[in-house]
Amino acid sequence: MPELVIKGGRVIDRLGERVVDVAIEDGRVVGVGPDLEGDRVLDAGGCVVSPGFVDLHTHLREPGNEEAETIESGSRAAVLGGFTALVAMPNTTPTIDDASVVREVLALGRESLVDLYTSAAITMGRKGDTLAPMAELTDLGVRIFTDDGNGVQDVRLMRRAMEYATGLGVTLAQHCEVEALSAGGFMHEGEWSSRLGIPGQPAEAEELMVMRDIALSRLTGCRIHFQHLSTAGSVEMVRAARDAGVGVTAEATTHHFTLTDAACADYDTVYKVHPPLRTDADVAAVRAGLGDGSIDAIATDHAPHSPEAKERPFDSAPPGMLGLETALGLALTELDLPLNEVIGALSWKPAAIAGIETTHGADIVDGSPANLTVFDPAHTWTVDPDDLASRSRNTPYAGRQLVGKVRHTVVSGEAVVIDGGAQR
Amino acid sequence: MSRTAQRHLLTIDDLGVEGVQRILRLTDSFVEVSERRIPKVPVLRGRTVAWLFYEDSTRTRLSFETAAKRLSADSMNFSVGSSAVNKGESLRDTVQTIEAMGVDAIVVRHKSAGAPKQITQWLDASVINAGDGWHAHPTQALLDCYTLRARLGGIDGRRIAIVGDIKHSRVARSNIAAFTALGAEVVLVAPPTLLPPSLVPFDVTVSHSIDEVIGEVDVVYLLRMQLERMHEALVPSLREYTATYGLTAARARRLGPDTVVMHPGPMNRGVEVAADVPQMPNAVVTDQVRNGVAVRMAVLFDLLATEADPVFGDDGEETDA
Repeated sequence: MPELVIKGGRVIDRLGERVVDVAIEDGRVVGVGPDLEGDRVLDAGGCVVSPGFVDLHTHLREPGNEEAETIESGSRAAVLGGFTALVAMPNTTPTIDDASVVREVLALGRESLVDLYTSAAITMGRKGDTLAPMAELTDLGVRIFTDDGNGVQDVRLMRRAMEYATGLGVTLAQHCEVEALSAGGFMHEGEWSSRLGIPGQPAEAEELMVMRDIALSRLTGCRIHFQHLSTAGSVEMVRAARDAGVGVTAEATTHHFTLTDAACADYDTVYKVHPPLRTDADVAAVRAGLGDGSIDAIATDHAPHSPEAKERPFDSAPPGMLGLETALGLALTELDLPLNEVIGALSWKPAAIAGIETTHGADIVDGSPANLTVFDPAHTWTVDPDDLASRSRNTPYAGRQLVGKVRHTVVSGEAVVIDGGAQR
Repeated sequence: MSRTAQRHLLTIDDLGVEGVQRILRLTDSFVEVSERRIPKVPVLRGRTVAWLFYEDSTRTRLSFETAAKRLSADSMNFSVGSSAVNKGESLRDTVQTIEAMGVDAIVVRHKSAGAPKQITQWLDASVINAGDGWHAHPTQALLDCYTLRARLGGIDGRRIAIVGDIKHSRVARSNIAAFTALGAEVVLVAPPTLLPPSLVPFDVTVSHSIDEVIGEVDVVYLLRMQLERMHEALVPSLREYTATYGLTAARARRLGPDTVVMHPGPMNRGVEVAADVPQMPNAVVTDQVRNGVAVRMAVLFDLLATEADPVFGDDGEETDA
């Protein structure tokens, strides 16, 4: 008899939707059909069973800032949010830009609850001066390179990085921000920054780099992935580039389709994030981009910060907010999209961008890897920061009511979340 | 009375029209106190006010200190330069340390917009904003309103030009709010580089020509032109700024006889204002400074006095506030 069976759920993947049981043994799906038996039964009545979610953009803070998060605590937050795989961002201390740090992160990942992949920096120390040893790191399994937190400012260096990447078959992910325009700005430049007297960053600081990198992708043939798109202009340019056949992909965060710069009205630093929260029109454009597929993936940009770090003036507090445990609820509550499209943006689309589509986001059939998320799309709950598994509490959604919650998460055949509780 | 109604003074908007008018009425009384032979009343005896200035200030701090002394309040100075702040203490820890010593109000100046607002969530004491970043400087706006009202008899319906670096100016933001709340028409006069990125939040018009404006307004309010702005490519040079937006002697001659000239100080004479303009009869710069003390007395009294406090001590009558 199989070790585990998920009973009575609506299975939704790229093949469609059917109500079947899913049997699991040795990390793989060994049966899909009616009335399956197993040693252990996970009830999925009223729930959706989907391929596991993949977050392309997670800050786990280890090594270097374990007070805010560790790979272990972040992985628990991830599986509680339905994520079976994460791509860790490289802005740790030290930077993930050499083989020893990549090995350390991956080793810690193997002990964690989630299937952890790591990105690595494009340039040494994310300083934008010299290229990181991309071939060596690719050999260790890195598939995404990014200087996240900084865009690569030097256009010649970015061109070289892209050319070099094409020889490795890896993807470059860009945090689009022209620092000459954004430097000294701490929120979106516009009506609210003018009212609050907070120096702003114009939308064009992001858009100019999106425009530049689309051109470089055309020039080099390198796939470029745009991180956390936040402006209407960015979405429009990515849409046009895709229509023209340029190899670009994009993600949007849950906060960029949920919140606007008006949230900064009380100088609450929980709303400080980069790229900054934008306007209603930008939120609408991001939603439309997810709706028509111009934006592939929903990402969290989960960015834990300790309370002390956020108890600073708005201009000196670090940017970033939590996201892993609220992503599904926000996507289902805020986006007016069919279930299978929400799942696609959380699962198989980011899996393909991360180059892990055979292990995560795969269709649920005999023999596929057992990385699965079971969620109740009608479960209403209220976000309580104290209930989060992250070590940090910087969620902007405290007290917000969300519809949709993860019930069980299966990673490599192991039920790491059962009935909303982490099993280790 | 006021203590429960308004615990902090952070912005003019928080105060509202009613609040602004209340402070101006109270100020009348404290101007009278300031003119006495012994300009001191015991109304805040036993209250303690702390100064927490994260940014250099001479005139605002002296003005507040004088106001507190005239109200018989005790004060303590938290000197940021020599304190634990420079050893990495957080804003929250600093203000909670000060409060633990027993203070009724903290007067804060900070280079970061919003810092006084953030402090309010960690304290029971009243917080008075003495200037935060580019955001707000409400007591400056109140003293400007008081000065203008005294000079013109009223602000409603007046045309006021605010000239200069609006973008980086907390004085401009608070004055726009206060002047428009009291019914004035405000025109901002500045090159586009020195205006806020969006004017939507402000009920103002804009001009890029001081020459078109100065003959038509009741008040010319000049802002300090920070010398470092030209390094940020906001203006080509101070010389060009003076030529295009400065209140030069030639422009001053074109002012109407009753047009009031104001400046929050410190002035860059020869840059935004010609050297001898502040001495013209139209200029009220020293009135602004003088009224600042009485306005700050009114603000401290409004926040800290309780029902039991007689307004003017032993010999005083109650105010209508």
